[in-house]
Amino acid sequence: MTAEVFDAIWLTAQLATISVVLLLILATPIAWWLAFTRSRMKIPVEALTTLPLVLPPTVLGFYLLILLGPAGWLGSWWVSLTGETLTFSFTGLVVASMIHSLPFVVQPMRQAFQDMGTGPLEDAATLGAGPLDRFFSVGLPQAKRGIVTASVLGFAHVLGEFGVVLMVGGNIPGRTKVVSIAIYESVETLDYATAHMLSAGLLLLSFAVLVGVFAVNRSIPMKVGQ
Amino acid sequence: MSSCRLDLDFRLVRGGFDLAISETLTLDGVTVLFGPNGSGKSMTLRTIAGLESGAKGIVRFDDTDWLRSDTDTFVPAHQRPVAHVFQDARLFSHLDVSGNLGFAQRRAKGDGPEVSRNDVVEVFDIAHLLQRTPHGLSGGERQRVAMARALLTRPRLVLMDEPLSALDVQRRAQALNFIEQIPERFKVPVIYVTHQIDEVVRLANQLVLIAGGRIEASGRSADLMSRLDLPPFTGRFEAGSIIEAEVKKHNSEFALTELEIAEGVAVEVPFLDFPVGEVVRLRVRARDVSIAVTKPEGVSLRNVLPANVEEVQPEADTAFAEVRLSVAGQAVRARISRASAHELKLEPGKSVHAMVKATALDRRLLTRR
Repeated sequence: MTAEVFDAIWLTAQLATISVVLLLILATPIAWWLAFTRSRMKIPVEALTTLPLVLPPTVLGFYLLILLGPAGWLGSWWVSLTGETLTFSFTGLVVASMIHSLPFVVQPMRQAFQDMGTGPLEDAATLGAGPLDRFFSVGLPQAKRGIVTASVLGFAHVLGEFGVVLMVGGNIPGRTKVVSIAIYESVETLDYATAHMLSAGLLLLSFAVLVGVFAVNRSIPMKVGQ
Repeated sequence: MSSCRLDLDFRLVRGGFDLAISETLTLDGVTVLFGPNGSGKSMTLRTIAGLESGAKGIVRFDDTDWLRSDTDTFVPAHQRPVAHVFQDARLFSHLDVSGNLGFAQRRAKGDGPEVSRNDVVEVFDIAHLLQRTPHGLSGGERQRVAMARALLTRPRLVLMDEPLSALDVQRRAQALNFIEQIPERFKVPVIYVTHQIDEVVRLANQLVLIAGGRIEASGRSADLMSRLDLPPFTGRFEAGSIIEAEVKKHNSEFALTELEIAEGVAVEVPFLDFPVGEVVRLRVRARDVSIAVTKPEGVSLRNVLPANVEEVQPEADTAFAEVRLSVAGQAVRARISRASAHELKLEPGKSVHAMVKATALDRRLLTRR
């Protein structure tokens, strides 16, 4: 394995892990709000958070490139803050991955909160638990399954993205060159051996992760009559 | 037992249903909110608990405002010293029974009398369940855990919303024993919602009748009992009347117990494990009472009571008529066909014989007064 291929794998693992951790923190309150709000803003917010699911990655990547670029409002703010550009950097990749994978993390959690319903929360309230207490001591544990699913789907989706990463991050070895791009490049340069190795690796990893999720979900007993 | 006052004067409109409750209740022992399905009982209870944010008006417990719209006072549910036992015994599925009790105990919000874990475990007989998860419990066990958990919050008021509706007959009878103990054992009043008459007969010290989102009547349960069996509170099929009688003697050979309604007027019921001299309430369904104008001979019915017709009321559009009888001064209803009422020439003042099926005197319908 060349150092460049190893870099790509390591970078991808870092990107997926960091993105998912940050996404969980960002998406949980959104999912909670979507599950329980009666606000009129619910539908537009729902559409907005689902948008990355339906947009071609190139479209999303294009707008992110503009937004994150030194002239864009987020990019220029970042430059003034850190002196570095967001585009073609690892940080930019994290931001892009988070936006691109948002629906995959929000949806399962929101579903889990909805399945739980307001019953256990009302129950907790009558037992003396305030709003934050209810969220942490009842909401999160009851939605455990949805959170696991969300993490895995988010992780897998970050691993597999290509278009957005290419648009925003380019193809800089060690900084923005992730596995999916390395595969594309290998094929372009007719290096099928590397392409095979990386593709098979991703395939096996994805399969293993999904088997793991389904196994975990099965071991958490189905909710009956509660 | 501590008694407290609950002032209710609120309105809650939701989904086209208009609930307007205005009543001052002196809570002592068990107060039953009784009414047909969809009459607003549960919404009333939820408003008292603080779970309905849309309610406007006043909810005041002793001298504390829990809701007062004109000053924008709303004490949220988790700050009211109220415990709520829900119909479906919502236990936390991610915790075992012990964890469920601990959840409540750690957050004990009330300043009611001290309640220890050992107390509730003993009273509700759940020691053997502590390590189990809610999934593995039967409906009755779940309700017992839910009651134990509710009391651990040291409430000053316990609300129960049809806690027995998911249980079969036998388990209900068992659970009633546990519920009955709560006010005295834990020094806390209970408001209990149900649409089952037998639960009212068994539990109620006070009774509040609700129909169509309004309180129809409230007061001491003994004074209101006779109204329970009237529509809209009961369907025609279940309609009946409640009479009081004294246990006179037991007949062990035929496993019967004789209950005396008045001097010389007695009914026999399947054996009852109550001491002689005890006064019981007896619910007689109108459909289990038939009428004869002459004293019948050679029939299997053993309970033939002299009665006077007070009123005959044909039910519109049906083959039936409801006849109100007076048996030794107590009201008994009979539901017979209109044709029979016509043929027997039943009219107010006529002396007849009321025949009551002994087997119809369900044990469940009996209670100590």
